[in-house]
Amino acid sequence: MDTLKLSPPSSPARTGVWVGIATITLSFAAYTSAMVVRQGSGADWQHVALPRILYFNTLLLLASSATLEAGRRRLEVDWALEALEGRAGAFSGPGVAWLSATMALGLLFIAGQVIAWRGLAARGLFLATNPASDFFYVFTALHGLHLLGGVTALGYVLARLRAASAGPPRAALGAASLYWHFMDVLWLYLLLVLATRL
Amino acid sequence: MPDTPAPPAVGLRETVEKIRVLKHVPPTGFLRTHVFSLDHKVIGKQYLDLALVAVLTGMVLSWLMRFHLAYPDVAIPGLGRLAPTRAAGGVMTPELYLSLMTMHGTIMVFFVLTTAPFAGFGNFVLPIQVGAEDMAFPRFNMMSFWVTLVAFLVLLAAFFVPDGPPLSGWTAYAPLSAIGKDAGPGQGGGQTLWALSIAIFCVGQLLGALNFIATTLDLRARGMTFMRMPYSTWAWFITAVIGLIAFSVLLPACILLILDRVAGTSFFIPAGLVVSDRLQPHSGGSPLLWQHLFWFFGHPEVYIAILPGFGIISHILPVFARKPLLGPKVAVACMAAIAFLSYTVWGHHMFLSGMNPLSATLFSVPTLIITIPATIMVLLWIGTVYGGRLRLTTACLFCLGFISVFVSGGISGFFLAQPSIDTYLHGTYFVVGHFHFVMGVAAMFGIFAGTYFWFPKMYGRMMNETLGKIHFTLTLIGVYATFMPMHYLGLAGNVRRYSAFTDDYMKGSLPLHRFITAAALFTGAVQLIFLVNLVWSRLRGAKAPDNPWQATSLEWSVPSPPPFDNFGGKHPVVAHGPDEYGRTGPEGDFVMQAAPTAGGTA
Repeated sequence: MDTLKLSPPSSPARTGVWVGIATITLSFAAYTSAMVVRQGSGADWQHVALPRILYFNTLLLLASSATLEAGRRRLEVDWALEALEGRAGAFSGPGVAWLSATMALGLLFIAGQVIAWRGLAARGLFLATNPASDFFYVFTALHGLHLLGGVTALGYVLARLRAASAGPPRAALGAASLYWHFMDVLWLYLLLVLATRL
Repeated sequence: MPDTPAPPAVGLRETVEKIRVLKHVPPTGFLRTHVFSLDHKVIGKQYLDLALVAVLTGMVLSWLMRFHLAYPDVAIPGLGRLAPTRAAGGVMTPELYLSLMTMHGTIMVFFVLTTAPFAGFGNFVLPIQVGAEDMAFPRFNMMSFWVTLVAFLVLLAAFFVPDGPPLSGWTAYAPLSAIGKDAGPGQGGGQTLWALSIAIFCVGQLLGALNFIATTLDLRARGMTFMRMPYSTWAWFITAVIGLIAFSVLLPACILLILDRVAGTSFFIPAGLVVSDRLQPHSGGSPLLWQHLFWFFGHPEVYIAILPGFGIISHILPVFARKPLLGPKVAVACMAAIAFLSYTVWGHHMFLSGMNPLSATLFSVPTLIITIPATIMVLLWIGTVYGGRLRLTTACLFCLGFISVFVSGGISGFFLAQPSIDTYLHGTYFVVGHFHFVMGVAAMFGIFAGTYFWFPKMYGRMMNETLGKIHFTLTLIGVYATFMPMHYLGLAGNVRRYSAFTDDYMKGSLPLHRFITAAALFTGAVQLIFLVNLVWSRLRGAKAPDNPWQATSLEWSVPSPPPFDNFGGKHPVVAHGPDEYGRTGPEGDFVMQAAPTAGGTA
């Protein structure tokens, strides 16, 4: 029998995002454990009521995942049609609009988070006010920063779509989507932690 | 047989597109070729050059410390001018000593022992060994190096801030590292730069680890199954996984430390702390939290430094013993086991932190268990050499030296793993001797072995073997003379981190300290031979053939140095394991990994 075995199918972009997801998960696990330890180490922990707008922001983020999936499906259909019929113009269709909407929702989410910060600041709660507010700002800021990475990734996919010369950016879109959905999951986790522990 | 349907048009288009994208064309401009290169080979060399600059810096710092330890009252010429407030008249203050110690440790651990064996050799060799044209994400790879360089520069900047570099050690224990200026000279701007530098370093290494993992998983050539990967590739892959976890935790720790320092938070600073007669404006933080986060990174970091050495030794020894590695699957399993166990032992650095004796036992047991796979590795290397027709090249000598210093340093680890003995030894030179042998010198020997071995592939020229052998012999003598006596000092109760031993019960240790200093200066001077060899060989060395060592892995089947896309437009197909030595092949007593099989199937 032939000793030759095929290597697994190459998908570095997807592998890369999974590795990135592992990294981000681990670092937020570290922050969470720091929070648990910190909560138990001093008598200065003060309860912080979460700003209501966080729940609205959560809906925005969940909606962005839905628009992203809608856009991705639409683009897959367009690409298939284009390949079969030699039809051009998939790159200006509704798929692109869905992706743009996703980016807009992501940016709106971040704007909402900034409003939440301003709300806390108005209540006199700043980064160093008490340990609970420390963690609120650290969690939300780092999640927002990572989400901006997702917005950049979608921007890259859109640029590739417009350039259109290098063919359908399937791998890039797949990887960006995976990352974006992970940002949703991460936020739901953080919201749960903030709601139950702050 | 049914008719095969014609492949859909989309498949054809995609294939054509893929070929176009995959066509790996070398850049033409100077900047893209030599400076901001995307080529893993250039990036690997850049990492090695950075490590060389860093190791020379770190070594000079250690000489200053050693000189002061041996002759505490003698002025060091020029030092007074470099640090007028901290070394008036050329005699260093204890604070300056601690600053030098901090910078020595930080530079050596992060910018030498992490960059050279992992990022340096790994970058150059791994993609070729798996049969890829480059890393999976060349842009991230380039960023990884430049981010690391920025981290190095930020760290060096600590020398130039008014108070000088921090004095909290490479472990930066809180609250000393967290409260700022009040904690002493160097704890102002210097310590902030330290934390910033390490945070940036983490980002660089995470980008590197990402590349190593994706490249190994996705870009292996046809036929390059996991068990056909060379042990060095295995080691870099496993190290990347360790690094991914370790730096993912150190980065948050550094961010929290920076916030404590600049934003007034209290993650690591307890309430009611009075330092320099001032009540610190913090409350409720946990200094132990820093220790846990740091050592959760810090212990695996030891393996980030040493596992690539394991891989390099396992890869090189069979080449020069002309014999396959004993127990290839066991070797890979041992490295994986070490990686896993490295995450269960961090508490053994904290036996003195007042932990519950039960917790200490829980950390002590896996610490003893981790010696089992490490010992098995040593036995496999010895078994590989045993009965082989050893070719004693410099690279081979450094492999044997690696085994020697790793065993010497490892044995003292058995003592330190036990909380009751560690309580006595932890604060002494015993620990200094231990970790310099097992992590510092052993990893350096791995780096030397790798350099003498892969230099011909990197630069297309051979290194001088005579100079190499002199370098090896004198270095081996030098490191034993330097670090072995430290174990005796430690057993005698000689504490570490003191800048001088003149006025107290430790005065009797001074003669031995003078001997160690002489040995350290000697060992350092011997490295000039290596430097001369590096420079001379790069310019004038004998031209290297493609496969000077008659080795089997893929990097030896391409020209020295390899072309931009590594395989000259061809796609290698692998049909053999990495260890086909001692059999009859077309080119001698070995079979290359890419050689066709007898039936011509590959």
